[in-house]
Amino acid sequence: MEQDWIMGLLGGLIIGLAGAVYLLGNGRIMGASGIIGGLVDGSGRNSWLERVVFIAAVFAAPIVLMPLYTGVDTHITQNIWVVVIAGLLVGVGTRMANGCTSGHGVCGMSRLSFRGIMSTVFYILAGGITMVFFRHILEVI
Amino acid sequence: MYLLTALISGALFGAGLFISGMTDTSKVQGWLDVFGAWDPTLAFVMGGAMIPMIIAWIITGRMTSALNGAQFPPKNTSRADPKLITGSVLFGAGWALAGLCPGPSIASLSYGGPMHWTFVAAMLVGMLFAPMVTSRLFKNA
Repeated sequence: MEQDWIMGLLGGLIIGLAGAVYLLGNGRIMGASGIIGGLVDGSGRNSWLERVVFIAAVFAAPIVLMPLYTGVDTHITQNIWVVVIAGLLVGVGTRMANGCTSGHGVCGMSRLSFRGIMSTVFYILAGGITMVFFRHILEVI
Repeated sequence: MYLLTALISGALFGAGLFISGMTDTSKVQGWLDVFGAWDPTLAFVMGGAMIPMIIAWIITGRMTSALNGAQFPPKNTSRADPKLITGSVLFGAGWALAGLCPGPSIASLSYGGPMHWTFVAAMLVGMLFAPMVTSRLFKNA
């Protein structure tokens, strides 16, 4: 468990560094939902190449690191309906709120943005309630 | 130049998400599962990510523009509105159901299997319809 925390802290520092590079280099907030969403709905048409390069690098980095690790795993539910509904909620919700864990959470809270803090409070609360309901009461995830 | 920073930033972001364990859905669900086997790793990731970002925001105060000449994003000082809160709640629910948010969903695609691809596909559909859903729900916004 302690090792997970150390890796979490180390990975977190690298995530923060990524956000710092994007902000100081390109003058942009490193928000994953905004970078992806701007491509999907066309609002980011003028900066499409920058967005595609960023997303491709996010996709590729774990492939490069993978050989250094053993037993990389993920534990997503195998219930396809849950996965589809979750994806739709994340897609609609992050665009409606104009940010997700990276934009509102990492970039927003670090500049003491009231909206970033409020968003983070509400998505964590909603996530916690969802866990209680769907894991402990309905037992579907 | 701005493409290189996007590449570096994306690579760091993907690496940080992978190293921190945030691409493993059980880590995210563990954080939100306060009444189950609670896993505090996400707090270490978030805390770690804030450190470089806080420094970056301080540096922006001493620069006239980003390295590529772009203006730094202004802080949105408006109050939290129903759109922000509703979007965050929808996002939080989806985040808990699958254990994925936009950044990690991309970073885990290379090894996550069909359910991760399904999630991303649904998320993209959600992002495509988000502007329509948002304008229907919030007519004045």
